[in-house]
Amino acid sequence: MDLEAAKVIGAGLAAIGVGAAAIGVGNVFGSFLESAIRNPAAADSQQGRLFIGFAAAELLGLIAFAVAMIILYAV
Amino acid sequence: MHQFQIAPLAGDLGSPFVFTNSALWMLVVLALIWVFMVGGMKRQLVPGRWQVAVEGVTGFITSMLTTNVGPEGRRYVPWVFTVFMFILFANLLGMMPFALAGAHPFTVTSQFTVTGVMAIISFAIVLIVGFWKHGFHFFSLFIPHGTPKILLPLIFLIELLSFMVRPFSLALRLFVAMIAGHILVEVFASFVVSGINAGGVAGPAISLLSFVFIMGVMALELLVCAIQAYVFALLTSLYINDAVNLH
Repeated sequence: MDLEAAKVIGAGLAAIGVGAAAIGVGNVFGSFLESAIRNPAAADSQQGRLFIGFAAAELLGLIAFAVAMIILYAV
Repeated sequence: MHQFQIAPLAGDLGSPFVFTNSALWMLVVLALIWVFMVGGMKRQLVPGRWQVAVEGVTGFITSMLTTNVGPEGRRYVPWVFTVFMFILFANLLGMMPFALAGAHPFTVTSQFTVTGVMAIISFAIVLIVGFWKHGFHFFSLFIPHGTPKILLPLIFLIELLSFMVRPFSLALRLFVAMIAGHILVEVFASFVVSGINAGGVAGPAISLLSFVFIMGVMALELLVCAIQAYVFALLTSLYINDAVNLH
């Protein structure tokens, strides 16, 4: 296997992390919605925590994307 | 990619005195924020629409800081408000789709240096406020209450690491989110072009599909622009809370 092929395969493998982060972000918003419908009165006060969870889950996906870009263009 | 490239408009790229398209768009962002703020700061007793918009943004940031930091949080409104407005306007200006005569919008926040400087200033505020208010007691931030004695060194190391990585994650999140959105739009735009070039029945159909998809992605990106500005401001206020109140 030459270097170019290995790079593209590596970037594709790194992109799996983005999909995993998608599961995480969906989980954050899904769980929030589930409990917000059960108790709408408490939903607004938890919006800050919702976005903290979203930011933490999203960051890992973005890091996976950055790794893919580094493998493709910078190595 | 062309849209992320920094091009000198006046001066030489190698020299320290160079006016780039990045600097130009920062000035555009500054001018727009200035117009927005001056238009709304008329202090009328019965506010007009513009004044309500400006008061809405300032009230939003103020309430975010008071809920997260407490009454002392009002002192940090200037920095958080500045960073929120700058990121929001820079993101939205970067989303503008048109390009005229080789000149195209430049997303200021898609450069790691720009977001990095903002994150470092936020981190510096946390450090300065923390050591100013609490002295060396500030290090108790790294030891959660009720930690067993045996685990103390390990927990301290982990907490210190997660503290030190904060400015990096703050800057990385913003700039990668902007770059990823623009690259996504660009990839689907290239599908439109190559679909038309392919001809036949399937080619234009794929082009049309990609074009509709681009519109959806653009709407999503507008949401991401606002969310990223909000997340940056929210995390900054949380970090300031750590420095002001420890635990």
